[in-house]
Amino acid sequence: MHELSIAMSIVDLAQEEADRRGGVQIKAVHLRLGLLSGVVKDALLSSYEMACEDTPLQGSRLVVEEVPVLIFCRQCDAQRPVHSTQMFCCSECGTPTGEVVQGKELLVVGLEVED
Amino acid sequence: MSPKTRMIEVRQNVLKQNDVVARALRERFHEAGVFVVSLVSSPGAGKTALLEKTLTLLRQQFRVAALVGDLATENDAARLARSQAPVKQIITGTVCHLEAAMVQSALEGWNLDELDFLFIENVGNLVCPSSYDLGEDLRLVLMSVTEGEDKPLKYPTIFNSADVALIAKIDLAAAVEFNAVVANRNIQAVRPEMTVLDVSAKSGEGVEKFLDFLRSRRNAARAVAASQRAKAFAAPD
Ligand SMILES: Nc1nc2c(ncn2[C@@H]2O[C@H](COP(=O)(O)OP(=O)(O)OP(=O)(O)O)[C@@H](O)[C@H]2O)c(=O)[nH]1
Ligand SMILES: [Mg+2]
Ligand SMILES: [Zn+2]
Repeated sequence: MHELSIAMSIVDLAQEEADRRGGVQIKAVHLRLGLLSGVVKDALLSSYEMACEDTPLQGSRLVVEEVPVLIFCRQCDAQRPVHSTQMFCCSECGTPTGEVVQGKELLVVGLEVED
Repeated sequence: MSPKTRMIEVRQNVLKQNDVVARALRERFHEAGVFVVSLVSSPGAGKTALLEKTLTLLRQQFRVAALVGDLATENDAARLARSQAPVKQIITGTVCHLEAAMVQSALEGWNLDELDFLFIENVGNLVCPSSYDLGEDLRLVLMSVTEGEDKPLKYPTIFNSADVALIAKIDLAAAVEFNAVVANRNIQAVRPEMTVLDVSAKSGEGVEKFLDFLRSRRNAARAVAASQRAKAFAAPD
């Protein structure tokens, strides 16, 4: 379980951004979460609440957008969705590939704020 | 969104602090010419046993050292120290994985120029270490034959984050009716073309081959570094 420490980083990072913008109040944090990031969405959501306690972000929401895994398929010469994380092959043509081009993200992409 | 709220766009990697430290470590390792190998596995898969054997044998030819992460004890460092190689324990407390900053502070006072290989044993855990880059050149995931062939399918993220899979405790394969074909198929399913090596720290089976593999990977990394240096030297400013 490392979701709590990830959640604490998210809170710190969001607060830093808010401070830099003149102390706005954060209502929600938007996160892009890759399916290969090693972080579990549900665990992160409950950890987030804990991490917000006694911080200016208390009561704020974490909005998670899950990012699917894309691989680069040489056969198709294109980025393709992976069949599943248990089966790393092109969802179009079935060629196995380990070349991951998307799906490891753990990115804060937006803040809903009130002035 | 209520009428009073507005959206601010940002783009910040949550693991940026770790990634920055890991990148700095990787640069330091390359400059010093030390090849860094990390080991991840479930608890008890045999990381320390294999590492003790590896340190003992590689020491005859190379300058080797190890860092080992554990939640609470110094047991693993004590075992590894029997190899006579320099070893340092990292006690992580409640943290279930190593982070780049822990590696960085454990290395304080070490002269990396005096090393050829540095091994980093992560905390036994198939989940959390996958998100944290430690600046290593090579990440090994161990899966012992007693754990069942389906581990890659249950923990695809860590297998995907690793470069090489080791099937450990191969001496016990027959006793537990280990199915190598299924295990390999599962590994390839989550990480196509991954190198898979069988090893037993107990009987020594596969260990020589494993050491050959490490030596050749180190040589390859050194060749790349040398050609990059040559290019940088040749390039006009
Ligand atoms: N038969 C057999 N037993 C082994 C082998 N390698 C390790 N063991 C045994 O497996 C147990 C765990 O080995 P460790 O080397 O401590 O495993 P580890 O992965 O370092 O464990 P943690 O650091 O606690 O996660 C010990 O009882 C070892 O003696 C092997 O190759 N064959
Ligand atoms: Mg150990
Ligand atoms: Zn394809």
